[in-house]
Amino acid sequence: MNDMTRMERTVNSKAIKIAASDVQVYYGDTHAIKDVDVEIEDKTVTAFIGPSGCGKSTFLRCLNRMNDTIDICRVQGDILLDGEDIYDKRVDPVQLRAKVGMVFQKPNPFPKSIYDNVAYGPRIHGLAKNKAELDEIVEKSLRRAAIWNEVKDRLDAPGTGLSGGQQQRLCIARAVATEPEVLLMDEPCSALDPIATAQVEELIDELRKQYSVVIVTHSMQQAARVSQKTAFFHLGNLVEFGETGQIFTNPVDPRTESYITGRIG
Amino acid sequence: MALSWLLLILLALAVLGYFIGRSRALASAGGDSRDLHSLPSYYGYNVALTSLIPALGLLVIWLLVQPMIVSSTVTSLIPDDSISEGSNRGLIMSEVRRVADGLDGAVAKGALTEQEARNADTDVDALTAKLKDARQVLTQDLTKPILLAAQKHRVMNAAGTVAMQVSVLLLALMGAAFAYVRTHKDFRARNVVEQGILALLLLAASIAILTTVGIVLSMLFETMNFFQMHSWKDFFFGSTWAPNFRGGSELSILPLLWGTLYISVIALLVAVPIGLFAAIYLSEYASGITRAIAKPLLEILAGIPTIVYGLFALLTVGPALVSMFGDGGMLGVGWMASSNAVLTAGLVMGIMLIPFVSSLSDDIINAVPQSMRDGSLGLGATHSETVRQVILPAALPGIVGAVLLAASRAIGETMIVVMAAGAIAKFSGNPFEAMTTITTRIVSQLTGDTDFASPETLVAFALGLTLFIITLGLNIFALYIVRKYREQYE
Repeated sequence: MNDMTRMERTVNSKAIKIAASDVQVYYGDTHAIKDVDVEIEDKTVTAFIGPSGCGKSTFLRCLNRMNDTIDICRVQGDILLDGEDIYDKRVDPVQLRAKVGMVFQKPNPFPKSIYDNVAYGPRIHGLAKNKAELDEIVEKSLRRAAIWNEVKDRLDAPGTGLSGGQQQRLCIARAVATEPEVLLMDEPCSALDPIATAQVEELIDELRKQYSVVIVTHSMQQAARVSQKTAFFHLGNLVEFGETGQIFTNPVDPRTESYITGRIG
Repeated sequence: MALSWLLLILLALAVLGYFIGRSRALASAGGDSRDLHSLPSYYGYNVALTSLIPALGLLVIWLLVQPMIVSSTVTSLIPDDSISEGSNRGLIMSEVRRVADGLDGAVAKGALTEQEARNADTDVDALTAKLKDARQVLTQDLTKPILLAAQKHRVMNAAGTVAMQVSVLLLALMGAAFAYVRTHKDFRARNVVEQGILALLLLAASIAILTTVGIVLSMLFETMNFFQMHSWKDFFFGSTWAPNFRGGSELSILPLLWGTLYISVIALLVAVPIGLFAAIYLSEYASGITRAIAKPLLEILAGIPTIVYGLFALLTVGPALVSMFGDGGMLGVGWMASSNAVLTAGLVMGIMLIPFVSSLSDDIINAVPQSMRDGSLGLGATHSETVRQVILPAALPGIVGAVLLAASRAIGETMIVVMAAGAIAKFSGNPFEAMTTITTRIVSQLTGDTDFASPETLVAFALGLTLFIITLGLNIFALYIVRKYREQYE
């Protein structure tokens, strides 16, 4: 009986990984995010779209408390990761960020070797017992980021010497290496050419098998291609959130329709 | 006409040129400045600069060259046999210049008429008396050849000055006229003026570089004189520093170099950790307010004159160290006899270098892009892990550059070591002993009565040149490293 219900759940709707309710974000006096409620499912790609300055990146950075590093930023409301409030005092933001990885808009490899870039997280969190295990993690991560074949012969070369697309995939490998449960991607393809973009998108689809992925993007085609769920932000409000197909073909809110047809943005 | 009047006239000409150039340009465009190629003021500046700059250039060159020509002509007037024993041509020439100045002074006071001053057949004794009455300084009795030379000197100088004034003014007028004639509404005055400004900037830059070359050359010539009198083997490879003004000195740089490096190393051991930690705190952890207060305070340290640091070493640090390490001191070890010691100088010099290291490192740490910090924090690293494993490695080349620059300051530092390091040149590893450095010895070799013909004095130049080469090398190396680092992010 128990088995039956569990099976039904996985078929019908996936588990909720992150549940945000009534989230407000302030930068000093500016009210950047207003009353946002979002439920992000496990093993799903969720896309955040919206015009520049609408708060989608800010909201993304709330999900792993990266906004803590900005002095003037205040976050109110509840964000639950697996039912636990991540803004609770007992939660260590450092531990949280290991669980909720992040890939940034601009590729930001550390000025270290390719190997050390990927091994950075596992070393900090003690994920490998010995060198062989670390080697294995590095290789696995680079393979999953679809860059292993390009760099396997020069793992000692500096990560900063790679091309832009390779650097971004290296950063994805670096984020994957810490075994996060959620991967946040802040416009990961904005600095990449179409070929590298296609590679990263393929990768995102691949990552969906194991992680919950949240991607901020300016490209509506990209959102349509890679995501199952889409959230449309406008002026700090979450205007509409639903199945990607439904948002793009049959939006409920007139603002969403205006944006995806190119009239506002 | 005095030089200042000449300069004033040149400036007045330039100002006048500005206005006539401007109005001529406007007139050529029928009073409508929109028809001009450039703004009206550019036409004015064009006339003003074309008049002023070449004239000033000629003036400067003339002032430099005239004395050389005059002396070389006048020198040939003095026969060899009139140079007495124990004297030389240089001394006679300075006497000639003094007499010429004396004649000028006497004429200015009215004690002599211009004819008397120029009369070559005048009675030497009577003239001497008149000059002495007019209270003009004569160091030795006038002789006929000197008087003749002095008179020639005056005449040539006077003629030269008149010629200079005439030609400078002529050049200024010609420049103004040339630019005035060229002024027309289609003339590209803006481009010409900007080229002129470019030339001025280039001149300023080359003056700085030429001065460096001049310094090196002057040191080089004196150093070569030194090596003619003293063996270079003893200087570079000897082991003793024992200058003796009666001759037979042993002048080796090695004991001094040892003292210099020893003190510098202690200074860096103090300055690098403290400065670096301060920089990390200020750039990574301090709040905006703390930073706004602490950074200027730290930089005040850099503004304290080194002589004040020397006093601090002499009056506070030295005695404090003696009371700790000296006989009957707190530790009861009796290692330190006097407050003048390597350790005293090193510690105080280290304090002096802290703001140097911290300020440069702070800038370099701040230059590490925020995306590096985000990347590391986003992987779940703590702030201190981020600093240790990402920011410091990224900033390392720049920090090394800062340390090398600090090292070259330490090696060249003078006042603190003069006051706190002592004066004994020796090889010793004991930091509680007095030692001496290259800079201190340069000071002591050149103070007091000096005779620029003895190796004991000239050694100062050889020491200075060596020091210069060492610090220059360090600076070049540091700049190379800093530049290499900058290329990474831009």
